[in-house]
Amino acid sequence: MAQAAIAHADGPIDEAHWTSTGLNSRKIAIWAFIGSECMFFASLISTYLVYKGKSLVGPLPHEESQCMLHGKMQACEGMFEIPLVTFGTAVLLFSSFFVVLALYGAQNGNRKMLIGWLSATVLCGLFFVGMQVYEFYHFYHKGMGYSTNLFSSTFFTLTGFHGTHVTLGIIWLGTMLHQAIKGKVPPEKALNLEMAALYWHFVDVVWIVIFPVVYLMR
Amino acid sequence: MDAHSVSHGDAADHAHPTPWLYGKIAIILFALTALEVISYELARRPTAPMHGLIEPVVVPILLVLSAIKFALVAMFYMHLKQDHKLFTNLFVWPLIIAGAAIIALIILFNYWLHASY
Repeated sequence: MAQAAIAHADGPIDEAHWTSTGLNSRKIAIWAFIGSECMFFASLISTYLVYKGKSLVGPLPHEESQCMLHGKMQACEGMFEIPLVTFGTAVLLFSSFFVVLALYGAQNGNRKMLIGWLSATVLCGLFFVGMQVYEFYHFYHKGMGYSTNLFSSTFFTLTGFHGTHVTLGIIWLGTMLHQAIKGKVPPEKALNLEMAALYWHFVDVVWIVIFPVVYLMR
Repeated sequence: MDAHSVSHGDAADHAHPTPWLYGKIAIILFALTALEVISYELARRPTAPMHGLIEPVVVPILLVLSAIKFALVAMFYMHLKQDHKLFTNLFVWPLIIAGAAIIALIILFNYWLHASY
């Protein structure tokens, strides 16, 4: 009786199996994984905050400072370009909106909606990673390498790991897009996309914390 | 587990919001991000209007706006508002531990820095 109920609500009978909670094990697994990722990013954010303002030499995030450039100490300006990062943040936020629309399309058997919004999500993700690569490249050419000071080490570690997560999300969603184009994401398999979408939203909420903490708080 | 409790949990899983609600949430998220940047700019420029008012409270403002955005994405886009409570617990409890760890480390390192040994 219980197995029949699960099979009916969760998709085809061959995919359903009995669980003690009555919930899909894969969905529980992705949420447990996301919970563990919260701990991971908490360690990186706390490291950044603990060392914030303790760099002995520049460059610094907001203020002018003395830093070593081309072998000699000279004045250098604050590093961050807030307008660019704000735009990147908005793009990432909208990508979360696009992926829920893609999921809505998948759950309702609307293939056009699924493929269109999923493509938009992947493009937004690629833009965000491109923005981050540009930012890192720009910082490097302004004299801020990974081991220049405490700020640069903690900044590159935190935002670099986030960028890596975004890249993995793009690969996951890109794979789902490929599957969708081949017609392999019917409504009963929408959970596959829902798991990728949950991961993508998590990457988004991490940035929602990183953006004000790293870029806006002086 | 009986059939009733199983179907109840799964029915809740599938009662997701409409695209119209998703759109409204997206607009709110965008507006909150704009508010964050406006607060930052007002606090940064001494000549800006309301600089004296915003500057001392800019950090709490940014934290509150960030928390609202975080909650909106988790509740509506991640469907925690509609889904089974177990998923909320799997997300929120590690989040509480993570937040406590961040606060504890900041306090600990500040104490260590100012302690006279």
